[in-house]
Amino acid sequence: MSIVVTDVSKQFGKFQALKDVNLEIKTGELLALLGPSGSGKTTLLRIIAGLETADAGSIHFNGEDITERHVRKRQVGFVFQHYALFRHMTVFENIAFGMRVKPRHERPTNDQIRDRVMHLLKMVQLEGLAQRHPSQLSGGQRQRVALARALAVEPQMLLLDEPFGALDARVRQELRQWLRRLHDELHVTSIFVTHDQEEALEVADRIVVMNHGQIEQIGTPEEVYDTPANPFVFNFLGSVNLFHGRVANGEAQVGAMAFAIPDSAVRSSEVVGYTRPHELEIARQRNGSPTIEAVVRHITAVGPIVRVGLDPTDGAETIAAEITREKYKELNLQVGESVHVKPKRVQVFWDDYSI
Amino acid sequence: MAETAGLVKRAQTAAPRSKVANDPLWLRVALISLMLVLMTLFLILPLIVVFHEALAKGLAAYGDALKQPETLAAVRLTLLTAAIVVPLNVVFGVSAAWAISKFQFWGKNLLITLIDLPFAVSPVISGLIFVLLFGRNGIMGPWMIDHGVKIIFATPGIVLATAFVTFPFVARELIPLMQAQGSDEEQAAQVLGASGWQTFRRVTLPNIKWGLLYGIILCNARAMGEFGAVSVVSGHIVGLTNTMPLQVEVFYDDYQFVAAFALASLLAMLALVTLVVKNIVEWFAARQMSAGEE
Repeated sequence: MSIVVTDVSKQFGKFQALKDVNLEIKTGELLALLGPSGSGKTTLLRIIAGLETADAGSIHFNGEDITERHVRKRQVGFVFQHYALFRHMTVFENIAFGMRVKPRHERPTNDQIRDRVMHLLKMVQLEGLAQRHPSQLSGGQRQRVALARALAVEPQMLLLDEPFGALDARVRQELRQWLRRLHDELHVTSIFVTHDQEEALEVADRIVVMNHGQIEQIGTPEEVYDTPANPFVFNFLGSVNLFHGRVANGEAQVGAMAFAIPDSAVRSSEVVGYTRPHELEIARQRNGSPTIEAVVRHITAVGPIVRVGLDPTDGAETIAAEITREKYKELNLQVGESVHVKPKRVQVFWDDYSI
Repeated sequence: MAETAGLVKRAQTAAPRSKVANDPLWLRVALISLMLVLMTLFLILPLIVVFHEALAKGLAAYGDALKQPETLAAVRLTLLTAAIVVPLNVVFGVSAAWAISKFQFWGKNLLITLIDLPFAVSPVISGLIFVLLFGRNGIMGPWMIDHGVKIIFATPGIVLATAFVTFPFVARELIPLMQAQGSDEEQAAQVLGASGWQTFRRVTLPNIKWGLLYGIILCNARAMGEFGAVSVVSGHIVGLTNTMPLQVEVFYDDYQFVAAFALASLLAMLALVTLVVKNIVEWFAARQMSAGEE
């Protein structure tokens, strides 16, 4: 089912949760709504589900306007952040609930319900736990029961609110991959909300980056990571280094280095270059091209990546670099040494953007 | 008002404390003894006196006292009142608690305060309000008399006054419970296609059933035992508008001690049964709470 969100706005008291949001979700895709808390991502998800009403704008499912349709009739599967399992029911009854509340003429027989529940339990790998109560399950198990319950009514789409937010790191990692595989099997149009960029990059087909109730960028994980539309997206998707510079001769000049400016219309004389830590090269010699001279301040050599903190000699902000362990051994870096830092890639933005 | 302190808190009984955290022995003994002495003086002794006086002239006299037509009429009226008031207050209480805990609306705090009003006002004043409203010289009294509706000095007045006084019990018990549970489960039920009624019956009600039962027990005990408010509106017509507590007073003033205490013993037994049932419900509620915890 395709979902089209048109000019949706929502206000809670004086807080503008969503401002003229437009979004199109294609049939069968797995979309991530990514943003910091208060960015409006959960509100948008709840408006699509029908759990909140938009102040303005409309929602279409498969071209049909369902803005005014009651949540009960929207046929969506919703997985709540804290699962919201029915605490007085067994796992079996939780999953069967959606089928049991159907009007009599649509309701499956008890045998059909049992078969469907057992099938779903098998799919979420909880076969032996049908008679348990939610309180007897671990967080990851509850999450999967919540998912099975949402899928039991064969929803047109699956909406997940911070599905892995309340789980510990290892379980989260496992469930993420499991959700991706499940989606590849079922192909139900799915939207999940997250504030964890790694989660979004790993699981989603497309990512919608949100901030202050607006969409900053929509794109595949590669697009939003490699070519962020603006400094906010750049910042939010990973660590960054900033290099302040000025515009001269149609180029952005940062120290002795020069980079292409973002577009032809010059918006200000100040620019900021953004570079990810792993896009920095550290060398002992200059090798001709201009570099940033810096002193090694600290080295964290844990895991396959070595993190190096560098203070530029011109007094600019500390630079964080990430190099491979091999490179680190080859250079044999010591704290206090002077080195040359060269960005392999810099993305330049006008310095008029306020986050 | 202490009895409505809330199931939520009571159900979370603290884990046994370690030895180091315990108070010295002498302090514990002193406090417990003081408690026991007070309990004996104020609770157990009066209870013994009630039964002693009721049985002072033997079992046969006790039986005869309970078979008096005035006594039977009083019991019947009390049961009738409770049978009307308790269901009414269950409906009121559940609706009020539902509205307060699941929705945001203007004037919510005012509503919470209003629910507490019957606790804050003296029962006699509560009764008087109804006399002022529906009495012969009351605001709506003359109109009602013209239309043949009799409220004051009749059963409707007694029911109204009792309902007013016992209004907070169910609501007060449910509000903290429902607030603690939030509305996530209700929302989940709605998304899954459940109607409002299905959501209430299959999700909300099972989650609040012990709290609700607890509120009903307290409401019932108070409805049967209420004296002040009912006394003002009843008119003390023997055999007609006297509830059990009022009839006890009538007998006592008449020097019919056996009859007075026999009837009082029924009320005392009601209290004892209430306490036992209350404890059973608390036990179940605590078990449900601990099962529902993360």
